[in-house]
Amino acid sequence: MAITFDHNRPIYLQLKEKMYGDICSGELLPGSRLPSVREMAVQAGVNPNTVSRTYMEMEREGAVESRRGQGTFVTENSDVITSLKKTAAEEETRRLVNVLRQYGYKDDEIINLLKTEIHVKGEQPE
Amino acid sequence: MNEPFIKTGGLSKSYRGKKALDNVTVSIDRPGITGLIGPNGSGKSTLLKTAAGLLRPGKGSVTVLGEPVSRQVASRVSLLAEVDSLYGYQTPEEAVTFFSRVFPDFSSEKAASLLEKLEIDSGTEIKNLSKGSRARVKIALTLARDVPLLLMDEPLSGLDPIVREEILGMIISCIDISRQAAVISTHEVAEVEPFLDHVVFIRNGKILLSENVEKLRETKGKSVVEVMREVLS
Repeated sequence: MAITFDHNRPIYLQLKEKMYGDICSGELLPGSRLPSVREMAVQAGVNPNTVSRTYMEMEREGAVESRRGQGTFVTENSDVITSLKKTAAEEETRRLVNVLRQYGYKDDEIINLLKTEIHVKGEQPE
Repeated sequence: MNEPFIKTGGLSKSYRGKKALDNVTVSIDRPGITGLIGPNGSGKSTLLKTAAGLLRPGKGSVTVLGEPVSRQVASRVSLLAEVDSLYGYQTPEEAVTFFSRVFPDFSSEKAASLLEKLEIDSGTEIKNLSKGSRARVKIALTLARDVPLLLMDEPLSGLDPIVREEILGMIISCIDISRQAAVISTHEVAEVEPFLDHVVFIRNGKILLSENVEKLRETKGKSVVEVMREVLS
């Protein structure tokens, strides 16, 4: 159950990315309650202080809100979730483009690859 | 109130002329989980036993929560010894009763619920339990005390990965890191790394580094394992 971390980067950031991923994919629904800091620490296999820091960071960025005495909840503000998704999508795209460029693909070839991939799945590009 | 949990000043200790600790000055100031990392024979156990009042300093000083360490420190320190420290003829249930009589801060309920969660047969004599079960009983008894400082000497050594993970899980679910300090000595750094707030490297009786783990990652961009390779090599 423990998450595997890259030990060269701060764990609180990696945990945040993982949780944002869960929010974007709908695994964590808007308004749902997050596990308590201690539960999350045991689940993820990390120090509780790391979880606190992740929660604080996510709260600062508006993705979750803590309610006194009740716990921490995923935001119900759909603008925030939309922008989380946008950021995540941009990052994924950047990573893909970087990899393909390293492989020596030209930009128009990359676009064609994307078009083909989307076409295969029977969806129209925008 | 804000006395360091452990503070040593110029602490040295020799066994028959062989130095185990060599002029060690280190302090653990904040609550949370500290990893005491070093190879075998580096002085980890000696340092923990000295802080627990089981060994006298050769030279220098050790204080726990502001007071010089004596045997009385046991009322504020819970120690998990590396060796089998329980009476083999007792059942886990009897060991719980025994601990509750020795340590006023010991919570029998907490110990019983931990043992139940771990599915330990509390009616079997400890000597007849498997090694993994004995280790579980030992850690459950250590964690069931309500003390500011917990010292765990090699809690993971010689155990299989499943038991090790379980024990680490128990440690973080039992310790209140806002007020308790736990020191875990180990050479299995990679495994404990995600659990640590602070790390202390020791070799040949000398402290090589004492640093906050997130700070290490942020400033050096390196894992504790890598830093250890650098520092210990």
